[in-house]
Order: sequence, then C-alpha cells, then structure tokens
Amino acid sequence: MLPPFYELVDAYWRDVARLCLAMAGPDDGEDAAQRAWLNALRAYPSLKHGRNLKGWLLTVAARAAIDGHRDRARRPVPMADPPERTSSGLGEPGVLPGDGIWALVAELPERERVAVGLRYALDQPHAEIAATIGVSEAMSRRLVSDGLAKLRIALRETEEKDKDD
Amino acid sequence: MTDRKPMPALIDDDVDQVDADLVVRLRLLDDTRPGAGAETPPDLSELASRAGLLDVAIDAVDTPVGRLVLAATEAGVISCSYRDQDEVASRLATAVSPRVLRAPARLDPVRRELDEYFAGRLTRFTAPVDLRLASEFSRRVLTALGGIGYGTTTTYGALASRLGRPSAARAVGHALGANPVCVIVPCHRVVGADGRLTGYAGGVEAKQLLLSLEGRQVS
Repeated sequence: MLPPFYELVDAYWRDVARLCLAMAGPDDGEDAAQRAWLNALRAYPSLKHGRNLKGWLLTVAARAAIDGHRDRARRPVPMADPPERTSSGLGEPGVLPGDGIWALVAELPERERVAVGLRYALDQPHAEIAATIGVSEAMSRRLVSDGLAKLRIALRETEEKDKDD
Repeated sequence: MTDRKPMPALIDDDVDQVDADLVVRLRLLDDTRPGAGAETPPDLSELASRAGLLDVAIDAVDTPVGRLVLAATEAGVISCSYRDQDEVASRLATAVSPRVLRAPARLDPVRRELDEYFAGRLTRFTAPVDLRLASEFSRRVLTALGGIGYGTTTTYGALASRLGRPSAARAVGHALGANPVCVIVPCHRVVGADGRLTGYAGGVEAKQLLLSLEGRQVS
C-alpha cells in the first residue's frame, strides 16, 4: 500500500534538494530536483509495494541529476571565440558547491557518483546506501572508496593544470 | 578516471580517514544556495498539474463546524470530511491514486462555495461531486439527497421509501453515515422520524449548526 505522495515530499524534500545540488551543481540543482519529483510522481503508482520508498526516491533523484548533466554535455554551447583553457573553477566561491570538488564527483562513473553523493551529501551509512542502490554493504564501501581514489587523482591533475596555466 | 584498481573493502572510518581531507571538502557542500536552503517543502501542485500528474488535490479549510478536509479529482469534489487529513489522504491513495498532493489552488472554487454557504449566501453547491468513494447503494442514497433542498429536512424512512425500499431506513442511515462529501452532499438534512437529530459524522452539534444556518428550527 503506497502512502499519499505528499508524505514523501514532506519527509524527503531536503534530501532530494541536497542530493540534486551535490550531483547536478548549483546551476542545475533546482531543475534536477524538479525533474526528480516529476519523474517520481509519474512512476509512483506503478510501484508494487511501499518498502524503501526513500531509497527509490533518492535513486530517481540521482538519475535525474545525472541525466541533466548528460543533456548539458550534449548540448552545443554557442561561443563567439574559440574557448580558452580556463581555470577549473575549483574553490571559486559561488560557482560550485563544496569547494568545487563536486564538479569532479560529476565525472565519476555513475554508481560511484551516486554512492559518493549518498555518503557525503546525505551522510548515509553504508547499510543505507546499499539498500538505496541495491548492492551489498561491502560493495557500497568499495564504490565510495574507489570514487574517492579517483577523486584524489582528478584533484591532483586539476591542480597541476591550474598551476601550469 | 575509469581504470579500476583492486581496492580492499574497508570499514567506514577507514574509508573516511584514508581521504580525510577530501571527505572534509565533500562535506562542505553549501546548503545555503537557492533551493537548498528552503524552509518549506516544494509546492509541486502547479508542476504536477501541468504534467497531468495531479490525480488528487487535497487541502483543509476551517469552517464554523470545524476543520474540513477537502479533496478533488478531475471529476469533482471527492471528499469533504471531518476526519483527519492524513487519514483521508491514505484512503484516497488506496482507493483512487497515490498521486495525492496538497494543492490549495485546485480547491479554490469549492472553498469559495463553502465560504459563501457558511455566510448564508449560497443555497446550492454547483461544484461537481465525485462519489467514487461511496458504495453503489450509498451512491443511490446520496444522489437522492439532491431532492432535499436547502432549509428542508426529510427522515431516514421517507428517504428509504423514495428509493423504493421503505423498510431500509437503517441501511439508509448507514449509507448517509458513510457520506464522503459532507455538507456539499447534504446528509445533514436527514433527521429521525420524531424530528430528532441523530448521529452525524461531524457531531450532532455540527448538524444542528448547519440546519440552523439553513433556517430550520431544530431541537
């Protein structure tokens, strides 16, 4: 038996907003959250049961954030001049959340990205992450630590590039 | 970034400690940016309505007979209830669709009619009614109430006779008791054979108030 949808909104709107902000960035965070709610609303009546609705909703939200990111990557950006290689934006206040590091999270493989988002944007323990994305707890740890390892490498590369510029 | 190296499964704290500085930066995620720092849940009713995904709109309205929970589908007002909002919403989620959202704007027309009614300026509701929550017999009984005008009353027995089942006064009483659209579908206009006000979902006092409002002297 599924509860009225507004109960999900009341219970999890902060989590959805925060996860979308982390995973889609400040420019697209709100749009991503709206897409997430619409997608969830569309699919909701076809759920077979009301177990782990939070996990389901956050998965929908993560996917909405990722899809938006892909759409933007595909969309050509009109530009008068050939783009210069500019600073990565890391640490620029008002440009990217969390000190810019979430822009690098956006480049992680999808499952690692979602796991890192749930772990650090929503502070979920691995047991909950595991339930949300449907993997074992060990796999959740592995996804997060793989993600962090890649982040470290990406961070070093970006910082070196910034130094060169 | 895509090459995978084998990584032992670590316990939580270890994962966080190996990359402690990274983790600190990830946790710095700024909550104060637009949208993320909002104080209230997002109002999805507009968005859902435009996408055709608002199956049931719900809201509460305060009236002289207490708080009434209003709900509407595309077909009309499906609920006007003295019960608790969450209880009404759960029932609607199961019986109609779980896409139940708070949507005050969608309910404005019927809210306005209720305001007018309680101000004594409206004697007949025009908002369409959706009796899906009523059983078949109940629906027949409630539909028959259309013939009991503002300021008049009838009895359970008379209503039963009107439906061609003169001995079914008790069943009629049950059907009225299950009225999902109180006030608007005027089950309060049905009284006991001796003129006494018997049971009412909103309490006998509410029934008395409604009938007095309509100009009936009742005991």
